[in-house]
Amino acid sequence: MGLYILRRLGFIFLTLFLASVIIFIVTQFLPGDVARIILGQFATEAAIDNLREELGLNQPAYRQYLNWAGGFIRGDWGDSLVSRMPVRPIVMQRLGNSIMLAGLALCIYVPLGIVLGVIAALKQNKLPDQLISGISMAFVGLPEFVSGLLLITFLAIGAGWFPANSSIDPDAKFFESLPYLILPAVTVSLTGLGYVARMTRSGTIDVLGSDYTRAAELKGLPGRQVLVRHVLRNSLLPTVTIVAMGIGWLLGGLIVTEAVYGYPGLGRLLVYGIQRQDLPIIQAASMIVVAAYSFSNLAADIIYGLLNPRIRVGG
Amino acid sequence: MADREPVLKVENLTITYDTEKGPLHTVRNVSLQIAPGEIYGLVGESGSGKTTFARGVVRYLPSNGKITTGRISLSGTDLATLSHKQIRKVWGSRVTMVHQDPNASINPSMLIGDQIAEAMRVHLGLNKKQAGQKAIEMLNKVRMPDPELVARRYAHQLSGGMLQRVLIATAMATNPEFMIMDEPTTALDVTTEAVILDLIRELMSEYNTAILFITHNLGVIARICDRIGVLYAGELMEEGPIHEVFRNRLHPYTRGLLGCVPRVDASKKSITLSSIPGFIPRPNQLPPGCIFAPRCDLVEEACQLERPPLVEIGPSHLSSCRRVDCLRTRTKEVEQAREERIEELGPVVLEARNIKKYFPFSGGLTALVRGKKSVKAVDDISIRMRSSFTLGIVGESGCGKTTLARCIAGLEEATSGEIDLEGEHLDYSVSRREPAVLKKIQMVFQNPDASLNPQLPAGYSVARPLTLLRNMSKKQVQERVKELFAAVSLPPDYIDRLPHELSGGEKQRVAIARAFAADPVLMICDEPISSLDVSVQASLMNLLAELQGTAGTAYLFISHDLAAVRHLSDWIAVVYLGRLWEIGSAEDVFVPPYHPYTEALLSAIPIPDPDIEQDRIRLKGSVPSALNVPPGCRFHTRCPRKIGAVCETEEPPWREMEGGHRICCHIPIDELKTLQGGGLLKKAGQGGNR
Amino acid sequence: MQKQPQENSENRMAIKKFFRRLRSNPTIFIGFMIVLIFLFIAAFGPFLAPYPYTQQNLSERLQPPSDDNIFGTDQFGRDIYSRILVGSRDVLVVAGSGTVLAVFFGLLLGLFSGYRGGYFDEVVMRVMDVILSIPPLLLAMVILFSLGPSRVNVIIVVGFLYIPMVARVVRSVVLDLKTRQYVEAARLRGETSAYILYKEILPNVLPHLAVESSMRFSYSIFLVASLGFLGLGVQPPSPDWGLMVGESRTWFHQARWVLFFPAGAIAILVVGVGFMSDGLRRMLLPGGVSDG
Repeated sequence: MGLYILRRLGFIFLTLFLASVIIFIVTQFLPGDVARIILGQFATEAAIDNLREELGLNQPAYRQYLNWAGGFIRGDWGDSLVSRMPVRPIVMQRLGNSIMLAGLALCIYVPLGIVLGVIAALKQNKLPDQLISGISMAFVGLPEFVSGLLLITFLAIGAGWFPANSSIDPDAKFFESLPYLILPAVTVSLTGLGYVARMTRSGTIDVLGSDYTRAAELKGLPGRQVLVRHVLRNSLLPTVTIVAMGIGWLLGGLIVTEAVYGYPGLGRLLVYGIQRQDLPIIQAASMIVVAAYSFSNLAADIIYGLLNPRIRVGG
Repeated sequence: MADREPVLKVENLTITYDTEKGPLHTVRNVSLQIAPGEIYGLVGESGSGKTTFARGVVRYLPSNGKITTGRISLSGTDLATLSHKQIRKVWGSRVTMVHQDPNASINPSMLIGDQIAEAMRVHLGLNKKQAGQKAIEMLNKVRMPDPELVARRYAHQLSGGMLQRVLIATAMATNPEFMIMDEPTTALDVTTEAVILDLIRELMSEYNTAILFITHNLGVIARICDRIGVLYAGELMEEGPIHEVFRNRLHPYTRGLLGCVPRVDASKKSITLSSIPGFIPRPNQLPPGCIFAPRCDLVEEACQLERPPLVEIGPSHLSSCRRVDCLRTRTKEVEQAREERIEELGPVVLEARNIKKYFPFSGGLTALVRGKKSVKAVDDISIRMRSSFTLGIVGESGCGKTTLARCIAGLEEATSGEIDLEGEHLDYSVSRREPAVLKKIQMVFQNPDASLNPQLPAGYSVARPLTLLRNMSKKQVQERVKELFAAVSLPPDYIDRLPHELSGGEKQRVAIARAFAADPVLMICDEPISSLDVSVQASLMNLLAELQGTAGTAYLFISHDLAAVRHLSDWIAVVYLGRLWEIGSAEDVFVPPYHPYTEALLSAIPIPDPDIEQDRIRLKGSVPSALNVPPGCRFHTRCPRKIGAVCETEEPPWREMEGGHRICCHIPIDELKTLQGGGLLKKAGQGGNR
Repeated sequence: MQKQPQENSENRMAIKKFFRRLRSNPTIFIGFMIVLIFLFIAAFGPFLAPYPYTQQNLSERLQPPSDDNIFGTDQFGRDIYSRILVGSRDVLVVAGSGTVLAVFFGLLLGLFSGYRGGYFDEVVMRVMDVILSIPPLLLAMVILFSLGPSRVNVIIVVGFLYIPMVARVVRSVVLDLKTRQYVEAARLRGETSAYILYKEILPNVLPHLAVESSMRFSYSIFLVASLGFLGLGVQPPSPDWGLMVGESRTWFHQARWVLFFPAGAIAILVVGVGFMSDGLRRMLLPGGVSDG
């Protein structure tokens, strides 16, 4: 088990390293002259040369990367090109907000998705299954900006139950911002809900058809006991991995949803950064998203390992 | 035993599945009774409805299956009329089941002890501690080594044989009146099977449970059952006490089945196996008369008009054949004897010397921590083969026999050793061998479902080697494909069929045709018949023998089925843990003196004749991992004839006898001879037909 | 050859069977119908549109649906119905081309990586893992930021992003297939790797590839629309549906139809493609593995 975690950790650092190379190349080299971007079209050649010198853009590519990555590791994430403020506090604060939203969404869609998936599996090919499968299929496919705007139209503007705009003060406390969080969280949840429900359904159907489920039924155990001890214990194992894999989706969904609701999270910061060509913001936010994604996958792997005796007690 | 009040009484049971094509009566009018302490063997080929019958008896049918008529009485309770809730109370307490695949039948994420205990907690009302205690007792009962430890383990930590013991312990735990065993030993190695069968026998006499034992293996039935029922296409054909049925065989189907099984005392040189032509009819395409009539060699007009009833033809012996009298007079099997060929050693085709194949065991970080290890799948094996000659390789699963074959074929690159084909040196890898060499070695594989490309017609698979390796013109290819299909007894219209339109046996025939298309001098047959029904096995073995007779090909025949190996092989090599332990002519290997491992294998073969009593030599434990090969003689950890410390420290020497028969053992030949006496099968030929 | 007629009738049988299965499950049927309708609209949309999609009419701004403009008009007085008809081609072409790119390269990589194995496979798969460890939308945004948003760039980005997923699926199928005995039989008779890949392995990968492609297609539509919505994809005045929804945000408080129709079009298309790919899976890979 220890070895297993060690191996995963090793892989994460490799991933982060390679991802940082990709992000660095994509943001710093592909767009062309960074100094020109910063200073705008009308700057003089002399000013641009000065800035290049200052930013170290005349150095070879690997040195530039090392400077950037070294700074990033030390916590020096640069200053925003637009506001001239240090990037790190902004990114961390937005990260907190995004985590709040993502956490709320997870709390909504994971349990609900599992329950719906299990119900669908138990009523396979009957009406409840067809309803759940159809709806979850639709949810998986619906882009967040479509579902989000529809929710706003009906629940916020139409019924007036929730605020239509969630552009709260970035420093607000959780309970103050809770009402503003609900609609965005529901929006993000829909996709995840469909995904988790579908996966839980197919996993549970597999286990329901397994030999050991048959054996348990023929032991004459009460239905509940068969379901909980034999079916769910095995069928929900892969769900852990599925939830973790879905976090990549969740993060993508957050970007769109935050844009729809104007919620001050990491996603909106990123869109903002891109619109204003604010390189340090883009780089820092991207790295944080990748790191968050990788570590949540690690957490899922560890939980999976702890729950699965094959990994926990070696084979 | 039959006088006692039966525990299970099934009367006229008919089970129907609702399908898109209408109702399918999969089991029809089956009646049988099982007394306490009796083991009733239900035998049938795949598609005979034996599993449906078993599930129907305990009312565990899929939602589209139902019992249309019939009564199932379990000590007076009519199971057919119980509500769903009531039947759940019967399951696990009065009726229990042992399933085929022990690996899949145990919950992988629950402790073994808990799984045995849970039925007792529900049905016997024991608390957690009592049930846990009882579970350990049960593990003890099934002779599980270290029961306390095993109870705290998970399924993936135990071997197949141990898991089967766990399933039996679970089934016995609530002391049921009736137990169903559905192919409980099919997934196990022959030595483990023998141990489990002994165990079942012992426990049954102790517990007095009635048992329905389902299997396709007549040998297993002969070893353990008291009575037998032969199921064919959903109906009972013959039923009776085990000795009665095996001796007199008063139904042509039973007779056919028994004729299909190769015998351990005769080979292809002296007999051809009988086989049953045709297929089991589907339940919606039954012939109007006797359902076996289309495949029967005794059929007469009256058979095809009316379905004959199952009638008593002897003391508690039932048969549904109209021509029982005719069968009685023909009791002696009409054996198709072959002319003995005069043995003449052909030229050496293949010589493989000191073949080794080590697989590296996991790389990366694990190897850094634990050090590099390798699995020694094949560890120094040498064989020699001649034309028109079959070398059989036997051994339990994981002994390295398949790896050896793959190394010779070049599919796996040997780690070291030399392979010569017709005197010329062969490269390890198939990709570096010349086309002229490639055509000389061909292979027939185990799993018929994966042996043909599902997207290509059967004829294409056979034609390809002709164009590629023999440079034939299009016209020649077409001709030759037709000839090959005829040679493997497939009608010419099969040439255009896709694999999914063929049965398992037919696919294997196409695979044989494909291998022969290259006109090889050496053919490697890796368990080519193992996954097929006995009647199909028999016809394929006949086909292989016949083709060898005409083409003069050398066969390397690999199987865990000793009877099949005995039937087809001229020489036999016995492999255990990557090494050869005995090699010699088939006749020599099957009579003493033999290597203690061979002895154990032979004593484990289930022989389809209840009149033969085999000496019981059983192996302890399971095969050690090829990662940690025991020092000294590799077999010493399980050897029933271990003589002492020398076995643990020194590698045994090869001892040579007449006729090239060689044994690798510390025990001198003469001593082995005295120890083993007249041999395990000494009683063969006495009583009955054998 | 005399087997021609038989093959034909077999094909016809297969097609009949396909349609019978199609009808037996309503969701699959609906999915296929939706996709067919949208394909039709994409092919003939510009001819069916009552107005040119760029024609502005500032006196008719934000008009509700009427006989003249059955979906109403937008903030520039453009006919929304016409814009949706024309935009369907945009969505299908951009998402479709991206999918084709991804499937083509993913198939190649997956085939070679899976069949050759060894270091090549190890390196390719590690790189794929890293790309997969970055959320697709984020990577798309960042790449588009540096390449600049344009139709061609969106196609390239979609194609690039989905290569690893296709490659992974193909590779895992190949890994399974290459140990099949008919592949080993081919090796035993000395077939070249090219022959084995093309004739023995590829045909058996195709059903999996078809299912995976249809799934990628639905995700591509999703991604393209999201990028359009964020203003990072296809640029105005293109009638991209995502873009239309994005632009509608300023106006939909007063004119809901500006939002509803393009959003509805996206929703119906995405769900339709989703149903279709689900159906394909059930038909082509019965008892197959679950998606990931």
